[in-house]
Amino acid sequence: MAGDGQDQPIIRLRGIRNAFGPQVIHNNLDLDVRRGEIIALVGGSGTGKSVLLRTIVGLNRPAAGSIEVFGQDILHLPKLERRKVEQRWGILFQNGALFSSLTVAQNIQVPLKEHLGLKGPMLEEIAALKIALAGLPPEAGAKYPSELSGGMKKRAGLARALALDPEIVFLDEPTAGLDPIGAAAFDQLIADLRDTVGFTVFLVTHDLDTLATVCDRIAVLGEKRVMVVGTMNDMLEQTNPWIVEYFHGPRGRAALDAKARADARRPD
Amino acid sequence: MMHSPSAAASGLLSFVEDSGRLRARLQGRWVVANAEVLDRLLGAAPAPAGRELDIDFSAIEAIDTVGAWLVHRTAARWQQAGGQAVITGATGEHEVLLGQVAKADRPAPPAQKKLGRFAAMLDRLGRRTVYVWEDLLRLVSFLGETVTAMFRLAFLHPGRFRLTSTFAQAQAVGIDAMPIVGLISFLIGVVIAYQGVDQLAMFGAQIFVVNLVAVSVLRELGILLTAIVIAGRSGSSFTAQIGSMKLNEEVDAMRTLGLDPVEVLVVPRVVALMVMLPCLAFFADVMGLLGGMLMSWVTLGIPPDVFLNRLAAAVTWKTYFVGVVKAPFFAVTIAVVGCLEGLQVEGSSESVGRRTTQSVVKGIFLVIVLDAAFSIFFATIGI
Repeated sequence: MAGDGQDQPIIRLRGIRNAFGPQVIHNNLDLDVRRGEIIALVGGSGTGKSVLLRTIVGLNRPAAGSIEVFGQDILHLPKLERRKVEQRWGILFQNGALFSSLTVAQNIQVPLKEHLGLKGPMLEEIAALKIALAGLPPEAGAKYPSELSGGMKKRAGLARALALDPEIVFLDEPTAGLDPIGAAAFDQLIADLRDTVGFTVFLVTHDLDTLATVCDRIAVLGEKRVMVVGTMNDMLEQTNPWIVEYFHGPRGRAALDAKARADARRPD
Repeated sequence: MMHSPSAAASGLLSFVEDSGRLRARLQGRWVVANAEVLDRLLGAAPAPAGRELDIDFSAIEAIDTVGAWLVHRTAARWQQAGGQAVITGATGEHEVLLGQVAKADRPAPPAQKKLGRFAAMLDRLGRRTVYVWEDLLRLVSFLGETVTAMFRLAFLHPGRFRLTSTFAQAQAVGIDAMPIVGLISFLIGVVIAYQGVDQLAMFGAQIFVVNLVAVSVLRELGILLTAIVIAGRSGSSFTAQIGSMKLNEEVDAMRTLGLDPVEVLVVPRVVALMVMLPCLAFFADVMGLLGGMLMSWVTLGIPPDVFLNRLAAAVTWKTYFVGVVKAPFFAVTIAVVGCLEGLQVEGSSESVGRRTTQSVVKGIFLVIVLDAAFSIFFATIGI
């Protein structure tokens, strides 16, 4: 595919403007996401993190700006082409957004049926595989979303997002509402899957542990744009008061200390 | 959409015999989009029979979890059949991917035991029967709970009665329902008069159309139709409102704050409907008679004053009361069913939809059953 080379950013936002009535959320916002990285979007409440995510995946049309994903200008793609692009990404919504009338296995099968026309035992087999990859017990497949705990719903949502083996996975607050053990396991799961399946992860989070342990880069949203993008170490050197408060506050310190200890324990 | 099997076959997998070993050469894109073709190709592979299989990754273009899974599954099948499967030419990434899917290989959960068709039918019938019985018990017990709460509020803690909420509900179930109830009753009056004239003309007794309209609207149709419309309109909205609150854990929050959901949510709705349904029934009676009067004037030339004279002769206050006395009973039935269904919502938004349907169906059914019971009762005591 033209412009789909390895060095090109996989997502490229330029001059994005989002406004609801007189209230401007984003103005002239730029962001590049590199292929294969785990990038986190952070920012205070009301800075439009979720809006930006929804804008990239096409649930919200920006007032101005351009969005390129896989080198294609997705705001101006014909419908059919756009559907093809949509098959190459998966989205995990904040509460899983599983279809409540379908079992977990059926939820995972929806994109397989819709986009690939798969049927029969192959569907069951792929659903079982994704359920296992997402770290759910085998019995979870036959359960309905209302029978699952919050953490299991997130895993089931992830399994559905991964159904088509997407190249980009969007995660909206993946660890919110999980206990620390569950959250750490979920972080590890995302990092493992990135290493094996090789997708790019774009996540919105407030979880400093997630930021410290699995994210390659962090993008800070503020003043209606992306203020800084960089690694955790870059963040620590920033002087913007909000960023200092965020990363040097007691919680930020604790997360970094925990990571330092974990790194020290590791044999390599 | 998908490649045809034969075209894809040449591009994805080829088998080569090589001094007693079978070499499977994977080519092209081993991805989920080709899953069915790949599955068929692998399924058609020569039988293992204790031989060795080399799975050659060197020419593969792309592989995802599903492709890796299919490879893993094939290798496992050969090993089970007593053969050997060796993976060659895999890069480090391929190895990691294969390791990941190998970890995902685990026995499927035991399937639910399937019943035969007849047994399944009996099973369903039994479950339904038990469910209907339990449902009836729940309804009766909830009715008891509601009535107890109403007495408690009336005599012990009148201050806890929610007047504002009751008035808001009365507005929603009563005043706001007037246009639709009025229109339906008016049209029913028109229809009865029109059909009645046709039949009565055969006996030359057209004038009795007034009796027909008056008795049927006042005794039966006015209140029954109003109750059915309200069951559809307000019973469903009670269920949806309370059901959404249940999903949102608002009902649980009430309990933890020491508020009784029956007192706060159910009693205002029951009281509002008990007050408003008789009023609506009266309004429906008036509109039904108006419809009959208009139709009699248009088709028979009976002027309104003659109609009203005839009406006074045809019916007494008793006819009206026999109809309207049923209203509070219908009101309690509709409100209690609607609220109970709402409180039984659990789990998902789908449950709200199911319960709302149930609430309307049960509400209308019970209203009609109750109406039949009243008819028998009135006939027995000779009214």
